[in-house]
Amino acid sequence: MTQMWDFAGGIHPAENKQQSTARAIRMAGLPERLVLPLQQHIGDPAEPLVEVGERVLKGQKIADVTLGMGVPVHAPTSGVIESIAELPVPHPSGMNDWCITLKPDGEDEWRERHPVSDYRSLDRETVLGLIHEAGISGMGGAGFPTDIKLRPPKDRKVDTLILNGAECEPYITADDMTMREHAAEVVAGLKVMAWILRPERCVIGIEDNKPQAIEAMQKACEGTQIEIAVIPTKYPSGGEKQLIRILTGLEVPSAGIPADIGVMCQNIGTAVAVSRAVFDDSPLISRIVTITGDAVREPGNFEALIGTPIDHLLERAGLESRKANRLVLGGPMMGYTLTTTAVPVTKTTNCVIAATEAELPAPPPEQPCIRCGQCAEVCPMELLPQQLFWYSKSGEFEKAEHLNLFDCIECGACSYVCPSSIPLVQYYRYAKGEIRVQRAEQIKADRARERFEARQARLEREQQEKEQRRKERAKAAAEAQAKKQAEAEKAAAAGEAVDERAAKAALVQQALERKKAKAAKASPTGSEEAPAHEDKPDIEALEKQLNQARAKLDTMQGMLDEAKAQQADNVDKLERAVAKNHDRVQRAEQALADARKALASATESQTSD
Amino acid sequence: MAFVQQSSPHAHNALPTSRVMLWVIIAALPGLIAQTAFFGWGNLINVVWCIAVALASEAAILKLRGKPVAFFLRDNTAAVTGLLLGLSLPQFAPWWVSAIAVITAIVIAKQLYGGLGSNPFNPAMVGYALVLISFPVAMTTNWAEAAMLFQGAPGFGETLARIFSASQTTVDGWTMATPLGEYKHKIASHTATEVLAHPTFGDGIARGWEWVNAAFLVGGLLLVFLRIITWHIPAGFLGALMVMSLAFGANADQYAPLSLHLLAGGTMLGAFFIATDPVSAATSHQGKLIYGAGIGILIYIIRSWGNYPDAVAFSVLLMNFAVPFIDYYTPPRAYGHHKARRGLPGKNQG
Repeated sequence: MTQMWDFAGGIHPAENKQQSTARAIRMAGLPERLVLPLQQHIGDPAEPLVEVGERVLKGQKIADVTLGMGVPVHAPTSGVIESIAELPVPHPSGMNDWCITLKPDGEDEWRERHPVSDYRSLDRETVLGLIHEAGISGMGGAGFPTDIKLRPPKDRKVDTLILNGAECEPYITADDMTMREHAAEVVAGLKVMAWILRPERCVIGIEDNKPQAIEAMQKACEGTQIEIAVIPTKYPSGGEKQLIRILTGLEVPSAGIPADIGVMCQNIGTAVAVSRAVFDDSPLISRIVTITGDAVREPGNFEALIGTPIDHLLERAGLESRKANRLVLGGPMMGYTLTTTAVPVTKTTNCVIAATEAELPAPPPEQPCIRCGQCAEVCPMELLPQQLFWYSKSGEFEKAEHLNLFDCIECGACSYVCPSSIPLVQYYRYAKGEIRVQRAEQIKADRARERFEARQARLEREQQEKEQRRKERAKAAAEAQAKKQAEAEKAAAAGEAVDERAAKAALVQQALERKKAKAAKASPTGSEEAPAHEDKPDIEALEKQLNQARAKLDTMQGMLDEAKAQQADNVDKLERAVAKNHDRVQRAEQALADARKALASATESQTSD
Repeated sequence: MAFVQQSSPHAHNALPTSRVMLWVIIAALPGLIAQTAFFGWGNLINVVWCIAVALASEAAILKLRGKPVAFFLRDNTAAVTGLLLGLSLPQFAPWWVSAIAVITAIVIAKQLYGGLGSNPFNPAMVGYALVLISFPVAMTTNWAEAAMLFQGAPGFGETLARIFSASQTTVDGWTMATPLGEYKHKIASHTATEVLAHPTFGDGIARGWEWVNAAFLVGGLLLVFLRIITWHIPAGFLGALMVMSLAFGANADQYAPLSLHLLAGGTMLGAFFIATDPVSAATSHQGKLIYGAGIGILIYIIRSWGNYPDAVAFSVLLMNFAVPFIDYYTPPRAYGHHKARRGLPGKNQG
């Protein structure tokens, strides 16, 4: 008998599970189209690897996450990619997002598969890689990528691996039916995860309102060290933090993760997916979905391909459109309403309730809070819902945060019991959203301030450097002046008069002589040798030209930088000058390169001759 | 096909405020029956009169405030305020004293502070304290003699006539000092045995009062059982009163005995029906214990060393003052935290 603890608060809502457990899991069949959202879990969206019109095989990877956290998406059956477009996705806001639409061809043709029979012969990284490549993300809540979850931080050792079969939300029976019908796969998947993590203890927690699932699991676990813990039915025992408390007596630290206390929770559906990924090389392309509510004639569970539109499932369950008043995705405590049945089943879709008005009636109008404290009595996180409501409503978010607003798991127990029918959870979501926005703005403001301060510091530094340079230049100039003067004095003292005119005349004379010599040389020699001979002095000249241009460009660049630092008015002009000089350098480089090429080809032709 | 858009949770199963208040009224019935049995028709007439005035003044002030009258009247909270005053006031309290108490409670203590849920003070006790201070004679000389119904007590018509008559003539043999008042005033000059010989104490602890208190205790336990109130406030209240009495009142020739403290006056009505008014009480379990204990301690202090023989109203009001303070320093430790976050943000982060 496993030792168990109780968690604070909790409620006992009407279970409404019997409606969907009367029938065995049915195959949902092939819908006309499969709509595969590129983002089906927290983290980053996947990018398509296929193009419209392309034929894909069942199990073929059609989208993958290249940057960031996420898992790939696979084709649930063979068919043709019809479109990649923004379509309605399951989301509380009723928004559209990028989806790949696949038109099945009915062949259901698999890609090549390589099942692993003995995963123990592989190393753990390889198996984690298989899990990642199979596109497995948590199939209960937010859909955290399973391979990442299975790699706890290096300094944390997972002692207890918990498989969450509590399924405490009313109406939902997907895990219950999975345990009844796929117990062996659940255990196989759990064993793979246990092999990866090497925990000391492996527990499956199941609420005592699922005797058949408990029996099936006990049978499947015979001869293993896996414990089956039958926990008392109380909502929300399936909340990760509550289940950990029940099974270990420990509490996950606020803002921490279960691995901090050596615990990890995995979902029943996830275990099945891991088993199929390893033993069948079948990626996550289908899941069990509960379709229930008084507005369907034949409620039950369906094995549906990911991407199956909800209306296909509702039709299979016998939806009576006239009676359907509210469409809830998830359970009645934490699920959200859908605006359309056109949204697809994703990796995290566990239940759809088509409720009549009598079944889930509109709540009565909100009355003033009478501080009765019923909410605090049922809060499984031991918060003060009433004060949180007060502060959230009045915008005193700092006080709400102080009273641990962010520990709220939004289970809805407080709203469920509120005698004044105050939509408490809605107020908390609002406050959380506002605080997140404020934080984001604070971060932005801080960054802007840091940038401004850094710029101020830089400008000051540059100013100082400029001052320094100017001083140095002034000093150098003064020295040069002094030197020149000294030389002039020296020359004067030597009595050597400098005749500029004579020097110029001499230069002109030299140039003339060179030209003559060139002309003389050109006439007797052959035309082949001449260019090669002539090129040599050309290259030197070009090199000199290039160096000069470069020097000038450097000077201009320096001036420009200085002007920029000072925010001078002539920046524009200097920029133009720099550009001009840049062009000049390029031209000079080009000319030099051309000349060199010509010379090289000439020499080559000479040597080959 | 248009579906309803609603935020989670989609399922609700609350006991609405109106039903909560109805249960309070039902739980107070044993006490009212005991009062009627031992002290005549006075309390019943008071209760009906007070509820009528409460509903009328609530309706009038809601209309003045531009609030939906029917919506708020249906919550039964005004009726409960009227009921509590009717149960607390002296049996022969003149109609206008009761009316002033009720109108003060509803109009000033409740609605002028913002209506249901916004009043820092217990409305019924504000009304009670006002008339107790303003009309001390009417509030002390109109307590019915116990067990009259069995001994030719004034009938329904006589009682009604007395409450609603213009002149308030005291009729001997109809009224009597309350046990707490009698003990308080006589013990300074008499021994306990001499004091207890007075017929107001009867053969038991406090003639009639002991049964009334026992009946309110039963009704109160029903509320705890139904989870309409938690046990914390009554436990703190009665526990502190007992501790104080045992610590200071061992000498019966000087102080009223513990049994009298518990079973005379408004002790049980106060502990289970008045102090537990959620709007003006502390909220966390720890806070409720402290709040209840504070009331118990103040009751003992005022009864023993103060000017008033009973003290539920003043004690409750004084502790109402302390509620925001208590709430700041008694939040529960939340899941995943080492200790509770007491006080204001930025201090003592836990």
